[in-house]
Amino acid sequence: MTISETPGAAACPGCLAAPVMSARALKRAETIGTEIQLSLPSIHCASCISGVERGLMSLEGVNDVRVNLTRKRATVHVAEGLEAADLTAALSAMGFQAQPLDSATLSAGTSDLAARDLLMRLGVSGFAMMNVMLLSVAVWSGATDATRDLFHWISAMIALPTIAFSAQPFFWNAWSALKAYRLNMDVPISLAILLASGMSLFETMNHGEHAYFDAALSLTFFLLAGRYLDQKMRTVARSAAAELAALESPTALRMVNGVAETVALTAIAVGDTLMVRPGGRVPVDGTVSEGASELDRAFLTGETDPVAVTIGAAVRAGEVNLTGPLLVRADAVGQDTLLHSLADMVSVAEDAKSKYNSLADRAARIYAPAVHLLALAAFLLWLWLTGGDVRVALNVAVAVLIITCPCALGLAVPAVSTVASGRMFSNGLLVKHATALERLAEVDEVIFDKTGTLTKGTPELLDPDTIPEQAFAIATALADASSHPRSASIVAAARGRGLPDVAVSDIVEHPGLGVQGKLNGKVVRLGRAVWVSGNDESGATQFAIEGTAPVSFAFVDTLREGAHDLMDALRKRGVSIMLLSGDAQEPVRRLANDLGIENWRAGVLPTEKAAVLEERQAAGKRVLMVGDGLNDTAALALAHVSIAPASALAAARVAADVVLVSPDLSHISDALRIGRSARGRILENFAVAALYNSIAVPIAVFGFATPLAAAIAMSTSSIVVSLNALRTR
Amino acid sequence: MEVLSYLIPISLILGGVGLAAFFWTLKSNQYDDPDGDSARILRTDYDDEPAQD
Repeated sequence: MTISETPGAAACPGCLAAPVMSARALKRAETIGTEIQLSLPSIHCASCISGVERGLMSLEGVNDVRVNLTRKRATVHVAEGLEAADLTAALSAMGFQAQPLDSATLSAGTSDLAARDLLMRLGVSGFAMMNVMLLSVAVWSGATDATRDLFHWISAMIALPTIAFSAQPFFWNAWSALKAYRLNMDVPISLAILLASGMSLFETMNHGEHAYFDAALSLTFFLLAGRYLDQKMRTVARSAAAELAALESPTALRMVNGVAETVALTAIAVGDTLMVRPGGRVPVDGTVSEGASELDRAFLTGETDPVAVTIGAAVRAGEVNLTGPLLVRADAVGQDTLLHSLADMVSVAEDAKSKYNSLADRAARIYAPAVHLLALAAFLLWLWLTGGDVRVALNVAVAVLIITCPCALGLAVPAVSTVASGRMFSNGLLVKHATALERLAEVDEVIFDKTGTLTKGTPELLDPDTIPEQAFAIATALADASSHPRSASIVAAARGRGLPDVAVSDIVEHPGLGVQGKLNGKVVRLGRAVWVSGNDESGATQFAIEGTAPVSFAFVDTLREGAHDLMDALRKRGVSIMLLSGDAQEPVRRLANDLGIENWRAGVLPTEKAAVLEERQAAGKRVLMVGDGLNDTAALALAHVSIAPASALAAARVAADVVLVSPDLSHISDALRIGRSARGRILENFAVAALYNSIAVPIAVFGFATPLAAAIAMSTSSIVVSLNALRTR
Repeated sequence: MEVLSYLIPISLILGGVGLAAFFWTLKSNQYDDPDGDSARILRTDYDDEPAQD
C-alpha cells in the first residue's frame, strides 16, 4: 500500500472534515426530533464509537447520535416514527448489544450539577492557592516592610473573594449543623478558614509579620478535593443504579376496542384490560380474564418451577409470562400492588441504615470539640502569659486551629472510598451506598437466597445421556417451536449431539400445557405430565408418541459461575454461611449438599426471611444478605449490608447496598476483601492524622508555628494520606 | 523593585487566563466522557463538538 493510494486524515484533515461537518450541520438544522437513550454495555474502544455512530446515522430518520464511552450510553435524536426498538434491532445486526433506557428515570441530573459546582469551586481555589503561595514564598524568603505589606495586600485581594466563593459548601453545612445544635466536621473547618482570613487581614492592616492567607486557601483546596472525590463517586454509583432502574421501561399493553396499545404504567387504572405477551412481565396485580399460560414466579417466591394459570387466576406484578398471551384485568395499580407495599418496608429499613455511624462521623465527633477546646486553651494560656495581649493570643489560637484542621482527616475517607470503589468496579461490583464499604468489612455471616442468586434461575436438562436418541430428537424439534425456558434448555442440550433430523409437522403450542406436533401421522407431545400421559406427577415434563410409553425429562437449576469458589473463600475467611430459600425442600437440600452448606432452610416466606435476619442481627451477627427476588427485598434492606446481582428485580437492586454486575459469584469474596482493606486504610489514615497532630499541636500551642510550617505540615499530611489510599487492594 | 508593578499583574493575568480556560472546559461538558474523548482523538472521523447530554 502506498501513501498516494490512501490519503488519510493527516494528509488533509480539512478535506475529510468539511463534507462531514456540513452534513452534520444540515441534519442539526432540521428538527432535532425526540431523544432516545440507549445502553450499550459491550462498547469499549474507538472503533466501537465510530461503528455505532456511523451505523445509526446511516438509518433513515436519525438526526444525531452521540456515544458516551464513559457511561456506555448513546443519546440519539430521531425523527417522528422511529422507535427505540428499531435502533436496537439495527445495532444488534451490527453486532452491538443495545437496550433502550427510560429517559425520565435518567434525567435526574442534580447530583451531576453538584459535582460540577464543586469542581468549579475547586478550580478557583486551586488557582488562588497557587498565586498566593508564590507571593508567600517571597515573604518567607525574607521580604520586609513595604514589600511584605504589598504582597500581603495582594494575597488578601486574591484570597478573600476566593474564600467567599469556594468555601461556601463548608459554611452552609456548618451553619445547618449549628442551627440544629450539633457539631460536625464543617464547624471547625469554617471557623479555621474564617478566623485565619480575618486574623490575616487584621495583621496585614497593622503591618504584621504573619499572614495565613495561603493556609486558609490550601485548607479550602484540599478539603474541596476530598468533597469532590466523594461527590463524584456517589454520582457514578447513582447514575449506574438509575440506569439499572431505567432498563425496565414502565410500559404496558392496554386493550382498547380489541387493539393493544402501548401506554405508560402510570396511565393504567383499575379495571383496564392488559395484554401480557409471552416473555413479558406482568405489569400490575390482576386477574386473568382470557388465555392460559405458565408464569415464572421465581422473583416473587423463589420457586424454580413455572406455575400454570388459566381464566380467573390471580397474577402479581413482576411475574413473567412464559408460553401463551394472557389478558389480565387490573385489580391493583401503582401504590396498591404487592411490589409497592414491599417498597415501603425498604424505605423504613433505609432510614435505619442512614443512622449507621461511619468512621468519619465517629472521628468528627471526637475531633470537633477537642480542636475548639484546644484553641480556646491556647488563647487563654497566651492571654495569661503575655499579661492580656489579645493580638498575640489570637494569633496563637488561629495557628492552632489551622494546624489541627482536618486536611488529612477530610481526605482520609473519600480518597480511600474512591480507590476502593474503583477496585470494586473493576471486579464487577457497584457500590451504591456511601458506608457500604465500611459495613462490608464487619461482616461475619452471609445469608444467601437460592433461585437467581446461587443458581441462574433457568432450568438445565438433567442427564441428557440417558434419554433415548429418537425421543430426544423429536422432543428437540417440538421444543424448538416454544419459548418456554425448559424447551430452550432441551434445545441447548441437543445442540452438538448429532441427533438425527426428524420432520415433525403441524407443530402447535398449547399455552400452559405444552407443544404438540405430528410425525408419520402420529401425534407427538412434549409438555406437562398430566397433558402428555394423564399421569398426575406435578412439575414433571414428559414426551410421548401416541400410543407409546412416555419419556420423562428432568431439570435442575444450574449453579451460577463461581459459586463453589465463593463458598471455599468464605469458609477460609471463617464466615458462617446460611441458605434461605422459598423453594421446595428437595431442590434446596440438593443444592445445599452440592455446595456443602450445612445450615439451610426451605419454603421460607418473605416475612420469615426478614424475621431470620432480625434474629441473627439481634444475636450480634453482622449479616451480609445476598438475594435477588422480591421475597428477599425486606431481608436485603434489613441486613447489615446487602448485595444483589444485576439480574435481580429493580426493587431488590434498590434495596441492596452493592450490585454485582458480573455474573461470577466469586467476586463477592473480593468485595469482602476490598471492604476490609479499605477499612484498614481508613484507620491508618486516621492514625497518620493523629500522629501528625500530636507533633504539630504542641508546636502551635507554644507559639512556634509560622505560616511556612503550617503550609508544609498541611501538604505533607494530605499527600501521605492520599498515597496510603492507593494501597487499597 | 518597580519591576514588580509589571510582573505581578502579568502573572495574575496569565493565571486568570488559565482559570478562564478551565471554566470554558467545564461549561462545554469536556469532563463528561473522558474515556470516549481519549478514544475519539485517534479516529479519522470528524467530531465537531463534545457530548450535549
